[in-house]
Amino acid sequence: MTDRPVKLACRHVWKLYGPHPERLLSGAVPSLEQIRAAGLVGAVRDVSLEVRTGEIFVIMGLSGSGKSTLVRCLSRLIEPTAGEILFNGQDLLQTSAREMIEIRRHRMGMVFQHFALLPHLTVLQNVAFPLEIQGVDRAAREARAAEVIALVGLAGREGNFPRQLSGGQQQRVGIARSLAVEPELWFLDEPFSALDPLIRREMQDEFLRIQRQLQKTIIFITHDFDEAIRLADRIAIMKDGAVVQVATPEQLVLAPADAYVAAFTAHVPRAKVVTLASIAQPGDGPVAGNLPGSARIEAVADQIEAASLPFAVLDDEGRVIGQVTGRAVIDVLIGRGR
Amino acid sequence: MTARLLWPGLAALSLILAALVAQMPGWALLPPAALHLDMAAWVSAAMVWLVEQATFGLFTVKQATRALAAMIEWPYEAARVLLVDGITEGRGRKAVTLVPPLSWIAVTVAMGTLGVYARNLWLGLGVGALFLYLAVFGQWESAMITLASIVIAVPIGVMGGLVLGVAAYLSPRFDRLQSPVLDLMQTVPTFAYLVPILFLFGFGPVAALLATVIYAMPPMVRITTLALRSIPPEINDFARMVGCTGWQRLRKVLLPAALPDLMVGVNQVIMLSLNMVIIASMIGAGGLGFDVLNALRRLDIGAGVEAGLAITALAVALDRLSQALALRAGLPDAATGSWIKRHPKTLAVLALVLATGLLGLVWPWLQTYPKAGELSTKAFWSDLVKSININYFDQLEAWRTFVLTYMLLPVKRFLLALPWPWVVALVTLAGWQLGRARLAALCLGLSLFLVAAGLWEQAMTTVYLCGVSVVVAVLVGLPLGVLAASNATAGKVIGGVIDTLQTLPSFVYLIPVVMLFRVGDFSAMTAVVLYALAPAVRYTAHGLRAVPEELVEAGTVCGCTPWQVLTRIRLPMALPDILLGVNQTIMLALSMLVITALVGTRDLGQEVYIALTRADTGAGIVAGVCVAALAIIADRLIAAGAAQARARLGMGGDA
Ligand SMILES: Nc1ncnc2c1ncn2[C@@H]1O[C@H](COP(=O)(O)OP(=O)(O)OP(=O)(O)O)[C@@H](O)[C@H]1O
Ligand SMILES: [Mg+2]
Repeated sequence: MTDRPVKLACRHVWKLYGPHPERLLSGAVPSLEQIRAAGLVGAVRDVSLEVRTGEIFVIMGLSGSGKSTLVRCLSRLIEPTAGEILFNGQDLLQTSAREMIEIRRHRMGMVFQHFALLPHLTVLQNVAFPLEIQGVDRAAREARAAEVIALVGLAGREGNFPRQLSGGQQQRVGIARSLAVEPELWFLDEPFSALDPLIRREMQDEFLRIQRQLQKTIIFITHDFDEAIRLADRIAIMKDGAVVQVATPEQLVLAPADAYVAAFTAHVPRAKVVTLASIAQPGDGPVAGNLPGSARIEAVADQIEAASLPFAVLDDEGRVIGQVTGRAVIDVLIGRGR
Repeated sequence: MTARLLWPGLAALSLILAALVAQMPGWALLPPAALHLDMAAWVSAAMVWLVEQATFGLFTVKQATRALAAMIEWPYEAARVLLVDGITEGRGRKAVTLVPPLSWIAVTVAMGTLGVYARNLWLGLGVGALFLYLAVFGQWESAMITLASIVIAVPIGVMGGLVLGVAAYLSPRFDRLQSPVLDLMQTVPTFAYLVPILFLFGFGPVAALLATVIYAMPPMVRITTLALRSIPPEINDFARMVGCTGWQRLRKVLLPAALPDLMVGVNQVIMLSLNMVIIASMIGAGGLGFDVLNALRRLDIGAGVEAGLAITALAVALDRLSQALALRAGLPDAATGSWIKRHPKTLAVLALVLATGLLGLVWPWLQTYPKAGELSTKAFWSDLVKSININYFDQLEAWRTFVLTYMLLPVKRFLLALPWPWVVALVTLAGWQLGRARLAALCLGLSLFLVAAGLWEQAMTTVYLCGVSVVVAVLVGLPLGVLAASNATAGKVIGGVIDTLQTLPSFVYLIPVVMLFRVGDFSAMTAVVLYALAPAVRYTAHGLRAVPEELVEAGTVCGCTPWQVLTRIRLPMALPDILLGVNQTIMLALSMLVITALVGTRDLGQEVYIALTRADTGAGIVAGVCVAALAIIADRLIAAGAAQARARLGMGGDA
């Protein structure tokens, strides 16, 4: 992953709400207390990130921790108070309004937390709307819209208005609308929050499929750690507008940066995130077979337990890095100390 | 403790002061002439300068007003040709009609069809019946003159309101600039700007149209800005995120998303235009308003009632139509296919227009409703009122005398006996208590303006008439609102009556009142109460309905009786809404007072009316601004009170 080009980067991005926020930033870096004392809200504080092409980058954090605001800064829907945002190396904050329109029409997309469907348009017209703005002719855009509407399971509802749909159905219209364009950079703000578990899983699979096939870059906000684990290459944890830690799901669980992150990940079943590589022990006895080090324990636990011998663990290049026993797996499964 | 005794104490002091009126020096009762500023003369001089000398560099003000007049005149003439005059050759009696105007059948059917399009057959039939009524009862021509004004004034008002509203939405600075202007335009009584318009544009339909637009536009501006602001921000973000240009965002996303709200604004513009077109008949708009005015002047009861009913019919038809269109605005146009296929109704109406136009040349009754078929209710109304007056004169007179002697006159005497410095001090103190220095300064400034204008006595008379009317309206409206909120059937009935009352132009209220009670303060008060009742009822009902069910349930669980639920939970929670309703009632009452000047009151409204008849620009504007000053004082004090009530109830938000 680290060898891919950086798709989106941000450096020292701030968003402070309140009167005269720039004054506070002109001097030394202010602390949270100083921001509050000045009567401001630090919605995003000094965030620096790099997201690589083809990566699914998840942002998590408590309600009000600044996730939506950060994503809005990254897409320049709101002007950050300070900082730099680079999209394919181009500074978005210096980009002209004209060019920004072009970038948004063809290269960026967003699914909104509260759906943002246009009340005066039907499902079909809503989904076709971004294409209409791009200037796609009517027949082509409606055909494409019908296609993605079927994909999200709403075939037959094309003529309905948003208010005639349930919350989950509306959310799927929002997803379909974004799918219709297939932009290279995708911002998804809690895109599945209103969906039932079955459809949610289907939608996740759909995004994974598109992302693998077309090398899309996705920045994804969610409250659901299970979802994050399924999708994320890396997760950023936010607190009070600042990013506390950016790491793989496994690193977050195994090496939380502070008590906040630890509390955040406390109830995550470890077997879902821990890989064989991190519990492999040195040894060179006989083995039942080979397993990749990147495999998560949950996926291979049955296999290891059923065998009487340990398994050899291989790294990406196929070299042996150690062995795992059934006992080590059970230790993780039942949370016995290590 | 002291705070609680403050206002009762001041009230007692006021009573004592009023009782000492005989001992009071003259300068305390009425501001001495030394304090008057001759603002009327200044304004008049400024207007004269404006018309005779002022230029915008390339052209003079006079040329500008002429150009504006021509711009409005042209479409107005077109509308008149279509609805009233047709195309004629020659003048006066010798005129030969080349192309007739739209026939009564065509207009009636077109309006009915619009009703079918907007909602259903029932609305279509209803609207058609109302127009048929206009034809059958001989009001057709006047009604069409009024309609021609509306047809021109409404699009101008809507477009202008839309443009200004969008500008205010896009630029907060522009919003801050125009907001006080809009406030003033809405609080200065309509008559007051008839005067300068008359001065700039002369007597005639164009001046009337202009006044109508000025009067009807502010709500559209406000509603546009509000509707755009209340679109969820995510929708705005979405529009930017798919790469809409500014214009695309406005046209394809924001305005359509706001359409249902905007249509409410259009409805407002229509109703206000209708109201104003009637008033503007005083400066030459003609039509139904002129008929009413004429009838009132001649005390011709039958004609007055007939014209009044015609206005009512037109108002109800236009109101229901535009409301149905507003509701429809959110719905799709399902039909597809060629234009002809998609518009069968339009085609049918066009065919009918042609058919009645052509055949009307042979059979005139197709073109113009035949005189022989007209019904007149004039005699009926005159007889009815006559018989009421003969049979119930004593009762009516007793009631009138009772209210006058025990309610109106004592209040009037009391208010006029108060020394003016005391009143100014009280108003300022109220401002201080509700809104600290800023509000106190505003109250002080505005009340001193009344002093300086030399209209103190008229202002206090206005306060008296308005105050009594508002108290009565609230006393009647509050229980009605409670009833409407607590009983579904009653709610429907009361809602319907109130809706209809509100669609009637203010003029109409004068007719029955004058017939039964002749001219004077009592008639004025009754008309004002009828006109201003609606918001008191409506806001009360709304406020009571909006109380969260959980709170009521909490009360019930605690064992409150229904009465306790009402007095302990619902009414206190609804207080901010009720106060807003009272505020609206005051505004309506003030605007109505100017109209009641026609029945011989002696307040600021009368000053404005006199100025209008004498075409005295300065006096008219100053008196108008005095009414606005009273309105602003009342408005700001009540708004501050409502905000305090809200804060106390922990509802947040500022009113
Ligand atoms: N326009 C604004 N003005 C002032 N404060 C704002 C504004 N928008 C957001 N905030 C504040 O910024 C902080 C972050 O808000 P944000 O919407 O980014 O949270 P979030 O992490 O997306 O929360 P959620 O999970 O509930 O969606 C909050 O404290 C919020 O009150
Ligand atoms: Mg959010």
